[in-house]
Amino acid sequence: MKRVLDSLRRRPRLAFALLTVLLAALPFIMGFGLGNSWVRVLDFVLLYVLLAIGLNIVVGYAGLLDLGYIAFYALGAYLYAWLASPHFGLHLPFWVVLPIGAAFAGLFGVLLGAPTLRLRGDYLAIVTLGFGEIIRIFMNNLNAPFNLTNGPQGMNLIDPVRIATFSFGKPLHFHGLTLPPTYFYYYLFLAFTLLAIFIALRLQDSRIGRAWAAIREDEVAAAAMGINTRNLKLLAFAMGATFGGLAGGLFAAFQGFISPESFTLWESILVLCMIVLGGMGNIPGVILGAILLTMIPEALRYIGDLQRATLGHVVVDPSDLRMLLFGVALVSMMLFRPAGLLPSRQRKREFAAENGVAEQEQASLYDAKA
Amino acid sequence: MDIFIQQLVNGLVLGSIYALVALGYTMVYGILELINFAHGEVTMIGAMVALTVIGVLMGAAPDLPGVVVVLAGILVAIPACMALAFAIEKIAYRPLRKAPRLAPLITAIGVSIILQNLAMLIWGRQYISFPALLPVARFHFLGASISLLQIVIVVLALVIMAGLWLLVEKSRLGRAMRATAQSREVAQLMGVNVDRVISATFIIGAAIAAIAGVMVSAYYGLAHYYMGFMLGLKAFSAAVLGGIGNIAGAMLGGLLLGVIEALGAGYIGDITGGFLGSHYQDVFAFFVLIGVLVFRPSGLLGERVANRA
Amino acid sequence: MNFGKFAVSALSLALAFSLSGCGKTEDAGNVIKIGSVAPLTGPQTHIGKDNENGARLAVDEINAKGLELGGKKVKLELLGEDDQAEPKTATIVAQKLVDAGVVAVIGHLNSGTTIPASKIYHDAGIPQISPSATAVAYTAQGYNTAYRVMANDAQQGRALGQFAVTKMGAKKIAIIDDRTAYGQGLADEFEKAATAAGGEIVAHEFTNDHATDFNAILTSIKGKSPDLVFFGGMDPQGGPMARQLKRLGLNAKLLGGDGLQNANFMKLAGADAEGVVASSPGLPIDSMPGGPEFRKKFEAKYGVIQVYAPYAYDAVNVLVAAMKRADSADPAKVLAELPKTDLQGVSGPIKFDAKGDTSGGAVTLYEVKNGAWQVLETVK
Repeated sequence: MKRVLDSLRRRPRLAFALLTVLLAALPFIMGFGLGNSWVRVLDFVLLYVLLAIGLNIVVGYAGLLDLGYIAFYALGAYLYAWLASPHFGLHLPFWVVLPIGAAFAGLFGVLLGAPTLRLRGDYLAIVTLGFGEIIRIFMNNLNAPFNLTNGPQGMNLIDPVRIATFSFGKPLHFHGLTLPPTYFYYYLFLAFTLLAIFIALRLQDSRIGRAWAAIREDEVAAAAMGINTRNLKLLAFAMGATFGGLAGGLFAAFQGFISPESFTLWESILVLCMIVLGGMGNIPGVILGAILLTMIPEALRYIGDLQRATLGHVVVDPSDLRMLLFGVALVSMMLFRPAGLLPSRQRKREFAAENGVAEQEQASLYDAKA
Repeated sequence: MDIFIQQLVNGLVLGSIYALVALGYTMVYGILELINFAHGEVTMIGAMVALTVIGVLMGAAPDLPGVVVVLAGILVAIPACMALAFAIEKIAYRPLRKAPRLAPLITAIGVSIILQNLAMLIWGRQYISFPALLPVARFHFLGASISLLQIVIVVLALVIMAGLWLLVEKSRLGRAMRATAQSREVAQLMGVNVDRVISATFIIGAAIAAIAGVMVSAYYGLAHYYMGFMLGLKAFSAAVLGGIGNIAGAMLGGLLLGVIEALGAGYIGDITGGFLGSHYQDVFAFFVLIGVLVFRPSGLLGERVANRA
Repeated sequence: MNFGKFAVSALSLALAFSLSGCGKTEDAGNVIKIGSVAPLTGPQTHIGKDNENGARLAVDEINAKGLELGGKKVKLELLGEDDQAEPKTATIVAQKLVDAGVVAVIGHLNSGTTIPASKIYHDAGIPQISPSATAVAYTAQGYNTAYRVMANDAQQGRALGQFAVTKMGAKKIAIIDDRTAYGQGLADEFEKAATAAGGEIVAHEFTNDHATDFNAILTSIKGKSPDLVFFGGMDPQGGPMARQLKRLGLNAKLLGGDGLQNANFMKLAGADAEGVVASSPGLPIDSMPGGPEFRKKFEAKYGVIQVYAPYAYDAVNVLVAAMKRADSADPAKVLAELPKTDLQGVSGPIKFDAKGDTSGGAVTLYEVKNGAWQVLETVK
């Protein structure tokens, strides 16, 4: 395995080709090997990768701890529902709605980011958490005095993505083969995810990316170097929120139904766990984190089947154990790889450094130490 | 007017509960700068253990007076929570003391999930009701109705806070705690056993959490394995509001948050002419929190943190 | 980071995942799989498990009696899944059940999960019978696969609103809802019906589904001195609310829906449950043929009935009756038979209207007297 990877590393073009083939074939491999529910899981993996990449810009690049990130996901989803569902009788096509939703979320990113510019570390975390909850509560309650969000009942019958006359909402029957909508959404989500990865990678090495790194490591020094910390922090919030809004719009189209239950604080925490677990600031790590934390709870559903296969009957109810094991996984992964599974080169160095240096770096990561 | 007094009483009692839990957050944060997400769950475990003891005692000795039974429950719950917090710190947080600050945050979330689900396995998915053991005497004060338990909760919160303040400011352990919070290295050089001080901080916080847990479940008449999460979140917000790391701040933040919630729920509809109702109670609380932090980024009683040079 | 390196690491990741897939297990031909979905983790687990237990009891009984379809002896198997009361998970679980080849699904518990999942069952053409999702929107989507065995919010709210004004003589009414799809839906329908019957709504306050402190809103309500407080929500909130209502000296009757009409509410409200009125769709269990027997069987196996177990039990029986009529477990044939359902369930007689709602379902009102739910009356 290692030899194969090494030889691939020397031939990036071959690696690209193989990756393309694999990504294209993945839903079919999963669909026929494990069942269609796994294609749906795959779709959610891609959505979470998109979310994690967006949050990584805020937390990983610019070092701003955001615990209310899911609010932007919610804004994108609700905007899609407003513009493409029977609620207001509007049925705009997705290529109009998605950009508007992303921009709408981005605007909110700036609006919510502006008052928090002076805050650091954990204070920022609690304020963003507050914003996330405020937006969810508004979504849950704005069915009166005018019905904007339909309140806790949620918004139903949201239009699926439609390209020309082809609707993603219905299964496709083709030469005796039935392809459920999850397959089409997979390719759509994949396209957006690849675009997001491309943008995030380019951003990291850009002037802006380096400025963010400077702010993350030492804001005062960054300002002294002539970096406009205010604008760059706002830009990070806006960029992150834009990705969140995009993912939200896709989620609304995919599910066809949204309600405030999908946008709880727990979701924000989950996305944060993804990037920390995978390796903050490092795109492959973030992707790995999103994949793992979406797949593990689903895979743990099979504990019941496993028991049936090995012991003949279910001894421990899988639903009793699923979240417990998820917690154990979180803790043990952090204990054994505290910098994440695939840390960025810089953070790896910080860890290998002498204790004193590490501690200094640690303090600078989130600058709340007095 | 009597309605307003009643709302104030409601808020103060709720706030005292927040404050009791917030003390644990603020102590740990003050010394480690760690948001101990599992603290809310420790509170829940305290309530559950006490309820188990109470159930056993009521079965074994039905003639015991209710107050004695509840006290026995608390007395078992306190060491149980202390042991739990000691174990959590040792297993989940200590190995990560030198890791980036977000790593222990994630383990804290993990520990919180583990405790919730363990509690679900042990005590079941049911809501457990707190038996009616405590006297239900009520007093009337300026038209407001106050129960004995409510008074006990407020007084207990004040006493515990004062005790904690004395401990931190006057005792040897307290001095070691403050030294550790200032700088772990220097404290160590001065002969402070830093590990033991941190353990002690967790254990004291857990003992208070156990008391808070029993108080909460006695007051509302129920306990559930999920009860710690929201309570913890509110208490943490209270700690931040008051200035995290500051003991009087936790108390002030807790009381303030409780009063804001009560008055918000009671009057927001009248203030906004019916446009916003009591469903915006939490929004109201968060807006105040955000407002305070934006204008005083270190909380009400927190020391101002200078920008690091 | 350059793109070549990125591609390699991504590729190795993807390989590791796709290789970890294992083969599917195939089932024997004479096992018929039925799905059951409810939240089994999170704050609503006690109710979720109750639903699953109700369905499981029915399945076990039918298996014990023996079921024959198309001349072949078959065995039912219940696949219980956890949707965490979360819409996203609900759709994954729904797809998983469809993949596993279930012929029908009993579930989900909440309206917020039932609705997104119903699209997947509809696409797969398998019947879904929810024991407890009461949002009107669920059966209003035009899906021929969506059924429920419980009166929806509109039906129950209407009965409650009329009862409050005409029978309980309430003039000034305060409403509290818990801002969940269930609580808000019920409270809104109640408000409409109560106003139409001539009641005056003096306050509408709100809480949420994990709150325990209602002192603030109750104090505010006290200032408007209503003679009845309606709560749209579940027992974990209703119990403490009943206590706090009494403690604040608020002289008003508490009225609730089926979320309160259960044993847990009594436990949580303690002595303060006395005098609380709540409704439950269908007829009183103990006056139904087979009702007391169901209670005995269920309690022997799983403990006290929480809320919706009888409905989940009935849902399985409705389904199996349709299978028997079709003499097949083929979902398409079962779907053709479901509209003809006419069954005496433990929760009441069950018939469906064109949308899949129970038609003309009765709603029974109960009052707590001497520490037990006593039947007040059954309204149509």
